[in-house]
Amino acid sequence: MVEDRSFGGRLFSIVNYALLGIIALVSFLPFVHVIAGSFTTGAELAVKKFVLIPTVWSFDAYRFIFSTNAIFRAMLVSVLVTLIGTAFSMLISSMMAYGLARRDLDGRRFIMFAVVFTMLFNGGLIPTFLVVKELGLVDQYAALVLPIAVNAFNMIILKNFFQNIPDGLEESAKIDGCSDWGILFRIVLPLSLPALATISLFYAVTYWNTYLNAILYLDSSSKWPIQVLLRQIVVLASGFEFGSSLDNEVPPPDQSVKMAVIVVATVPILLVYPFLQKHFAKGALLGSIKG
Amino acid sequence: MQAIAHRRELKQRLKRNKWLYVMILPGIVYFLIFKYAPMYGLIISFQDFKPYTGIAHSDWVGLEHFKRLFTEPDFWRILSNTLILFAMNLAFFFPVPIILAMMLNEVRLSAFKRTIQTIVYIPHFMSWVIIVSIGYVMLTMDGGIINELLVYFGHEPINFLLNSHWFRPMYIYQVIWREAGWGTIIYLAAIASIDPQLYEAARMDGAGRFRQIWHITLPALRSVIIVLLILKIGDVLELGFEHVYLLLNSMNRDVAEIIDTYVYTAALKQGQFSYSAAIGFFKSVIGLVLVIAANKLAKKMGEEGVY
Repeated sequence: MVEDRSFGGRLFSIVNYALLGIIALVSFLPFVHVIAGSFTTGAELAVKKFVLIPTVWSFDAYRFIFSTNAIFRAMLVSVLVTLIGTAFSMLISSMMAYGLARRDLDGRRFIMFAVVFTMLFNGGLIPTFLVVKELGLVDQYAALVLPIAVNAFNMIILKNFFQNIPDGLEESAKIDGCSDWGILFRIVLPLSLPALATISLFYAVTYWNTYLNAILYLDSSSKWPIQVLLRQIVVLASGFEFGSSLDNEVPPPDQSVKMAVIVVATVPILLVYPFLQKHFAKGALLGSIKG
Repeated sequence: MQAIAHRRELKQRLKRNKWLYVMILPGIVYFLIFKYAPMYGLIISFQDFKPYTGIAHSDWVGLEHFKRLFTEPDFWRILSNTLILFAMNLAFFFPVPIILAMMLNEVRLSAFKRTIQTIVYIPHFMSWVIIVSIGYVMLTMDGGIINELLVYFGHEPINFLLNSHWFRPMYIYQVIWREAGWGTIIYLAAIASIDPQLYEAARMDGAGRFRQIWHITLPALRSVIIVLLILKIGDVLELGFEHVYLLLNSMNRDVAEIIDTYVYTAALKQGQFSYSAAIGFFKSVIGLVLVIAANKLAKKMGEEGVY
């Protein structure tokens, strides 16, 4: 495109760049603040308040939070739930998506309608809770996975992606004697890697971020995933709303300890983010918002 | 004869595609158990449901829970809290991704654009627990940076976390922080499909940047905006249970209690399963009715609608 070199055009550009820079800064600084704060000694933080780069790097906060097993255990729970949940969700979602992507499947319109309908209307919190309870999943890790195993939106994105694979490929595979399973696992899935990567990461983030289902379904605090523990440490242990929180012997964590817990819960997402980012901005999602 | 041939054909197709049905079966079982069984479970809102007696043996009470709902003074406060948050969402959050997308679209330096996009997408992947926790450590009276800054500039510290007046601004700020960047993706994709010649022609005619945005970019986004608006209206009562629940405390309950948090407390803390299922039912029906109405309206205005 030709650059607009008029005075008005330049002024517009300068203001636009400046505003975007400020927006990015405002949205990113809280993370920097928390990361820097977690490496600052309590003393420095108490004196200086706004630390962007600590003068003395201190790992005290991390030493403190890893001095008990609680964080390790919660991280382990979250990692396992995320890995197993994502694999499970991807398997079921892509099988369903492929079946529904095939135009010769009788009943696919009805099934699609039934799936889309769940996006518009649902039984709500309590009836879902009762179903999970009836199934005997209360206080089981499976309760963090099964109730959210298939996301209708993700499944539809996959289905639309599979539909765009040229039919000719499947036809010729079938003539060569390939079964439906073979077509799915040897042709369709390998051709859909960008979509699979994006959707896996959507699922992974959902599982990693699980909070509501954990407080709904898990009774024993030893099974808590990291998000629940984070909440417990940052908010409940620190002054208001006592009651269900940590034992009284542990001193209320100071700022840098809380920040360290936030960082620990955040880092895994920041690690996968660059991989995620490569794929999702391609506009592949646009066609799917209409179901 | 034709019907018989047709049926035989169908039978053959079903047989040929049997493995496809096996493939979709687990997914269907999932939707039946975790989506449709709870819909059936909504009948407990017409019962006096006790967890130990079960659906089959609980007494029927008709519309009693719904009657109670509408006479409960608490309910109207909670409904209005919910509607106010929804209105704020529409007014203050909804336009932000549109504006941000148009601003990003005007950037010519692609490295700069990519960097900004990368940064503003990040918060979307953070859980509400993380967002609220970061908000908490920054806003607390107990050494939070915002209050330290206020004091530094000679202002009284403000108890953002416990003050009712600050709940709504805090809520909406966090919604914008987490979702505005991510929300631009869909608009940027729509903008990318605009024919560049339109801009060239507009420039030939002497249109400045604002005129180009007004006459080309915005009209091109019209149908996407309408679709997203319909979806948003359908979500009228889905304000993010987790987010509000995490911000809720005994001091801001008068403005922060919404339908979802009320359902949660009534059911799981007080054991009123049927009553809270009735509230949830009411909420789901309103959502469904609104989405259908918004869709009708969009079609009347000559747009495509969602379905």
